[in-house]
Amino acid sequence: MRRSQRIQSTFFNHVILSMLAIFALFPLVILLINSFKTTGEIGRNPYGLPLEPRFENYVDAWNQGKFATTLGNTIILTTGTIAGVLLLASPAAFALARLKLRGSDFLGFYFMIGTSLPPFLFIIPLFYMWRQLGLVNLHLGLIIIYCALFSPFATFLLRSYMVALPEEFIEAARIDGASNWQVFRSIILPLSWPGFLTAGLVVGLSVWNEFLFGITFLQKPELKPVSTSLFAFQQQFVRDWGLTNAGSIIMVIPVVVLFLLLQRRFVEGLSQGGLKG
Amino acid sequence: MSQSMPLSSPLVTPLNSSRTTQRRFLEVVGRWSFVLPILLLNFIVVLVPSLFSIYISFTEWSGYGNPTFIGLQNFQELFQDRVFFKALGNNLLWTLFFLTVPIAMGLLGAYLLSSIKRGQLFYRLAFFIPYVVSSVVNTQIWRFLLNPRSGIGAWLAEHGIPFLNFAVLGNRDTALIGVAFVDSWHFWGFLVVIYLAAMTAVDTELYEVAWLDGASRFQQFWYVTLPSIRPTLVFTILMIIIWSSLTFDYVYIMTGGGPAHASEVMSTFLYNQAFSRFEIGYAASVGVMMTIWVMITVSIFVVLRKRGWEI
Repeated sequence: MRRSQRIQSTFFNHVILSMLAIFALFPLVILLINSFKTTGEIGRNPYGLPLEPRFENYVDAWNQGKFATTLGNTIILTTGTIAGVLLLASPAAFALARLKLRGSDFLGFYFMIGTSLPPFLFIIPLFYMWRQLGLVNLHLGLIIIYCALFSPFATFLLRSYMVALPEEFIEAARIDGASNWQVFRSIILPLSWPGFLTAGLVVGLSVWNEFLFGITFLQKPELKPVSTSLFAFQQQFVRDWGLTNAGSIIMVIPVVVLFLLLQRRFVEGLSQGGLKG
Repeated sequence: MSQSMPLSSPLVTPLNSSRTTQRRFLEVVGRWSFVLPILLLNFIVVLVPSLFSIYISFTEWSGYGNPTFIGLQNFQELFQDRVFFKALGNNLLWTLFFLTVPIAMGLLGAYLLSSIKRGQLFYRLAFFIPYVVSSVVNTQIWRFLLNPRSGIGAWLAEHGIPFLNFAVLGNRDTALIGVAFVDSWHFWGFLVVIYLAAMTAVDTELYEVAWLDGASRFQQFWYVTLPSIRPTLVFTILMIIIWSSLTFDYVYIMTGGGPAHASEVMSTFLYNQAFSRFEIGYAASVGVMMTIWVMITVSIFVVLRKRGWEI
């Protein structure tokens, strides 16, 4: 009796959950399906499967949207930021986790304030500072900003990994006379690679999708990352749904594939960081 | 490490202690060298421009030449600016929307997921995928789906349900709610994952007891689940309030704040003032107001917690 009741109640769960899943995925499926249609066919048949799949949309979008250039730009920004963030955040995380820093309370407080200041407070003067320094319309300029924005998050994430490392390894190295930096390089870094992977994925995703700073600091079309150049492309071909859908799919495929492969790390990193996508 | 000479005689103390202070100093410098780069960068990119922004908000500046100090004039103007108040009100509506619809859906999804095993991973992935997709792509999908000619509205009208058959994003009464809906479609799956993690940590014995007492599933949710995940719930509420007052991407991309400022929020208002109209000082004063708004929210939260509200 109780068993049958349970089965009944999970059946009810599955009904509602399926409806929610359709709600979440249906729009993305439509985007994919319609990326294989001509705009004329989308008008006649907006929600059905394509009658004659049209792959030229992808070729056209790739060429007209200059994806070879913009994907390259995004990859420069993403890898540059990931490298910079990990380089900055890992020693800081080590210090917060393992060294008794005098004033670490202040440090935590500063980080909290520094990360909760709205970007809209500092983006305007930052733009004029960067213009003065010749860093506007330069990938390096945006990478520096991204490093500053995302490294506090990575520090906290890596710190939680480093706190959990066994003390004995570090003690053993200390007895052998290793300095802090030696302990960090030879003990901490090799042991906390899962943290690096998680932090790197989350930072990479954030840069890939980032919009506000991208559109402000890179204004020349040939320097734009995929996100803001796709936005310009969509506005240019606003009625050409087939073409712009194909462009959108090009941008989103790498993210979805990587997410499905490494979903556990993504979810863990994103839910710990409290970063908004 | 530096206290390695416990037996030093009083005679050698001065020399020794100066050496130890020196060593201590190097030690402290050595430790701080781990955090210095990140602090310096944050200082340059976030703190210095933030302080500069406060100064600019008291000036008139077009971005070239020197800013002219005008005292509180920007703020006085801001308090008489209808568009700014429209934007502020829209931010409040946005907050209200995000505190109800996505949270309710997140709780529903997580609660239903917490009592099934088979298929849990599939649902979790399905709900989460829109969250990792870029705003530029998500808005592309929904501009199509909310389009009066090709969208869901047109399809429903063809099948006899003609209430969505208009330009949702082009209409003054619905533009804001349309954008908020799309942003929350992208966001609610994130809440499912957060709430699910909290719900899995709830002691199953509590449910057993409630079940034996004849509690319905809704009663179990209300009297067992909700109180048990309260810290997580409150945390997400705080984050949503902060994020809602800073929301930008979806509004900027989908409507640009229009039509006729109907979906204007503080961030798009600021962005247009700064980067299309070059009223830099005025825009900075909006940024200062947004910051004050966020700070007030956070302080209320902190004060309530100190007063012993268990949140």
